[in-house]
Amino acid sequence: MSELLLEPFGWKNFWIFLLSAVILLLLVLGFVTYAILFERKVLGWAQMRHGPVRTGPWGLLQTVADVLKLLMKEDVIPRKADRVLFILAPAIAFVPSFAVLATIPYTETIRFADLNVGLLYYVALSGITTIGILLGGWASNNKYALMGGLRSAAQMISYEIPLVISVVGVILLSGSLNMYQIVQGQAGYFWNWNIFPQIIGFGVFLIAAVAELNRTPFDLPEAESELVAGYHVEYSGFRFAFFMLAEYVYVYAIAALTTVLYLGGWHAPFPFLDFIPGIIWFLLKFSFVVFFLFWLRATLPRIRIDQLMSMAWKYLLPIALINVFLTAVVLEFYR
Amino acid sequence: MSQEQDRKSVEQNQAAQEPSDSPEVERKEQEAGTAEAAGMAANADAGVEAGPVEGIRQDPVQAGNQPAGADQGQTDVQPSNGQPEAAKPSGDSNADAKPAEAQPAAAADADKEAKRKAAEEARAARAAARAARAAGGEAGKADAAAEGAEAKPKEPSPNQPKLDRLVEILTEALGQDAIEKAWINELGKDMPMVEIKADRWLECAGLLRDHPELKLTYLSNVAGVDMETHMEVVYHLISLETKVMYGFKVKTDRDNPSVPSVTPIWAGANWQEREIYDLLGIDFPGHPDLRRIMLPDDWVGHPLRKDYVPIDPEV
Amino acid sequence: MAIRTEELLLNVGPQHPSTHGVFRVIVKIDGEQIVEAIPVTGYLHRGTEKLAENLNYTQIIPYTDRMDYLSAMMNNYVLCHAVETMLGIEVPERAEYLRVIVMELQRIASHQVWWGTYLLDIGATTPFIYAFRDREIIIDLFNELCGARLTYNYMRVGGVKWDAPPGWIDKVREFIPYMRKQLKMYDDLVTGNEIFLNRVRGIGKYDAETAIAYGLSGANLRCTGVKWDLRKDQPYSIYDRFDFDVAVATEGDCWARYQVRMEEMRQSLRILEQAVEQFPSGGETMGKVPRVIRPPEGETFVRIESPRGELGCYIVSKGKAEPYRLKFRRPSFVNLQILPKLLVGESVTNLITILGAIDIVLGEVDC
Repeated sequence: MSELLLEPFGWKNFWIFLLSAVILLLLVLGFVTYAILFERKVLGWAQMRHGPVRTGPWGLLQTVADVLKLLMKEDVIPRKADRVLFILAPAIAFVPSFAVLATIPYTETIRFADLNVGLLYYVALSGITTIGILLGGWASNNKYALMGGLRSAAQMISYEIPLVISVVGVILLSGSLNMYQIVQGQAGYFWNWNIFPQIIGFGVFLIAAVAELNRTPFDLPEAESELVAGYHVEYSGFRFAFFMLAEYVYVYAIAALTTVLYLGGWHAPFPFLDFIPGIIWFLLKFSFVVFFLFWLRATLPRIRIDQLMSMAWKYLLPIALINVFLTAVVLEFYR
Repeated sequence: MSQEQDRKSVEQNQAAQEPSDSPEVERKEQEAGTAEAAGMAANADAGVEAGPVEGIRQDPVQAGNQPAGADQGQTDVQPSNGQPEAAKPSGDSNADAKPAEAQPAAAADADKEAKRKAAEEARAARAAARAARAAGGEAGKADAAAEGAEAKPKEPSPNQPKLDRLVEILTEALGQDAIEKAWINELGKDMPMVEIKADRWLECAGLLRDHPELKLTYLSNVAGVDMETHMEVVYHLISLETKVMYGFKVKTDRDNPSVPSVTPIWAGANWQEREIYDLLGIDFPGHPDLRRIMLPDDWVGHPLRKDYVPIDPEV
Repeated sequence: MAIRTEELLLNVGPQHPSTHGVFRVIVKIDGEQIVEAIPVTGYLHRGTEKLAENLNYTQIIPYTDRMDYLSAMMNNYVLCHAVETMLGIEVPERAEYLRVIVMELQRIASHQVWWGTYLLDIGATTPFIYAFRDREIIIDLFNELCGARLTYNYMRVGGVKWDAPPGWIDKVREFIPYMRKQLKMYDDLVTGNEIFLNRVRGIGKYDAETAIAYGLSGANLRCTGVKWDLRKDQPYSIYDRFDFDVAVATEGDCWARYQVRMEEMRQSLRILEQAVEQFPSGGETMGKVPRVIRPPEGETFVRIESPRGELGCYIVSKGKAEPYRLKFRRPSFVNLQILPKLLVGESVTNLITILGAIDIVLGEVDC
């Protein structure tokens, strides 16, 4: 595929890329389906119960059943809600989540878009989702939704900054914003992966990533017990499914991004494991990150909004900046 | 309840009590053992000593031989309301400690016989004691006068000095006329109780909280009661240091019930007084926010009153 | 041009996942800060006190179950204790021990619900499952004993209704070390968690004078350093035979209340141990009670220590089988009065935290 990218654009390229994009779309949807199931299973196991077991063997058809249920629900739009924005908000929230998947390289050969500013593209597009959430909160004509939407906007904007600054360290190390180059810079075995030199940045990135995803412990915008589901309280049926879909596709995207930036992409950790194809390594690391996110949800309580904001601005941002500074200093002396 | 009940209640308000006609006596296992307020220990002794060995509680002074709402139609053998009548094996002299779950039917008649005899004996004893009884019956007044021959003489309660001291302090500060009555409530673990006039109550409350000897800083309970002739509000106060609990009553009339609010003194009275206002209609001047708390704001009437008739019969 | 701001009027409840029942708080907020909070109760008012005027005392016992439905045994006990005080009935030993065992188990179960739901409000979903799983053991014990899981109708005037089935006391005995281990696990999971501590420390603080003035009781009073537990200071039943400590904390905030309740669970286990050890091998479960329970004319007021605080029962009797006036002094009702005061100036998020720490049960607030 990487060769196809270098060739001039023609019908062959077009159809191949279109087909691969569709396949990827289906794969991502499949991932979302089973990530939701897997999350419920992991949560269940952490809470000493089984999780879904009835729908299909081992509960495998649970999400299918849930999605079918959501599709069959009545489409309720509150009377005084802003109709256009109400309908538009889930779409705005969800489209960027698929769009950012374009730049992620899976293996040497399976790549989609080879942007020289791939990382920046990712970060920029993921910011558009914030608008969708804010719109959803506003258009619902509901005070709880509004508060949830505002909180979410504040949270996501605040945590984008540490997120970006923490990856600046990676950029400095690899010398490029191109994701493929970043992974290539981690070629070798696990001691070459960016996680070790960039351990501080990794910590900041992980925390900021969980906050960007609106997941526990940062799930204030959808705090069930306080704001009664926050910004998507008035959404039901398929529109709600869109918000959930957006969240889980972002889980996919962040996990893939973490793998690419810090965990060495498709490279094997040890020399003697080289025979295992790269895609398997990618999937393994990716799955571990996803599991880690679910594990956090099972274990930790929620952080309060003011503590959340103060943590972003007073702690994560300075730490990320220090990380950049240190990286620059070290690079200056060792290169 | 039944007409017999009404009849009985009328009788009960008098000094004497008449046992009802014999069919009822036969129907019932035994008289209700209404423990009299001659001190609980004395009462228990009297209950056990007097009367047959079966453990029928008898009150030599005041017997309430009324048809029991729950007992109607029940024979001796079956426990009513699912209560294992462990203490009342009727008529069996040797079954004192056995729960009366299964009694052979053959013994039922014997039981009834024994009971009737016991009831007649008790009736006789009551009639004899009736003459010696003093008139009681004031609401909230729990002690009675000297009993008949079988009860022990009443001992002064251990809390009597506390009551006396309280009365002393109050009369000193408020004058002789503020206190209507002071007594020991034997039924309520010997709680000293004082009745204060409504117009002096707020002063008194401040004194109770701030007096260095009393230090009744903790207001445990505020309750309103609708006695048909008047209404009263009962306060139970305790001092966390001395661990003594006192009860205070304030009476007010029924047409325009009004008791000064003690919320400025004990903040915990706030919602309790609101509840009393809501359910009984007693006004508390001085309360910062007197409005309904349990019922919807547009409710008409005060349900806990004895003469309450709902405006909307379907509610 | 100045920015125009408006106060937002937000209704928390009556249908809300965290208000622990049908309870409504009208909050006026300025941004995220509460300017005023007005609690509205009465959604669960069922008129127990009025109904009681037509029922005899044994018939009222199931009604008491439904008041504080998470600690139904305590409610049963307070009514039975009040009537027994008026009648001067002596409760046999075995019944007393059964009562104490059941009440302390109930205290643990109630605190488990509190712990699980409090953490659920704060955002952690796992402790809820753990708490309910352990509570299931207690509920099964109660089920075996009296046939019901939540509303037991177990105590009667003069004793208890059902005797312990064979093997029941052994099951209680096995439960005690298991629960100790679980309590340690609860501590490991939650008590040291930084996020949790940040959520509850310094929130909803008040001092001892305020607590006493408002008539707070239970953990809400003991969290300010006032060592007042009715089981020790005005003992009822056979609590004076047991050796246990009163859980006290000094900070007066939500964290202190949390600590007090966790400690109360441990102390309950101690009492249970001793009670099971001292349990009489035979004996009656009912004392000498007259066929018709007719307390003499008069009144009485008794209080016990329920998991939520001081539960009291005030009976005015006119010598009939039904009470003339029955009033329950409900701890949740009185404890809730401090909520408006604590909420002024707090953020909306802390509303849930503070409300959870007061530990109310709406059945009791509204009676």
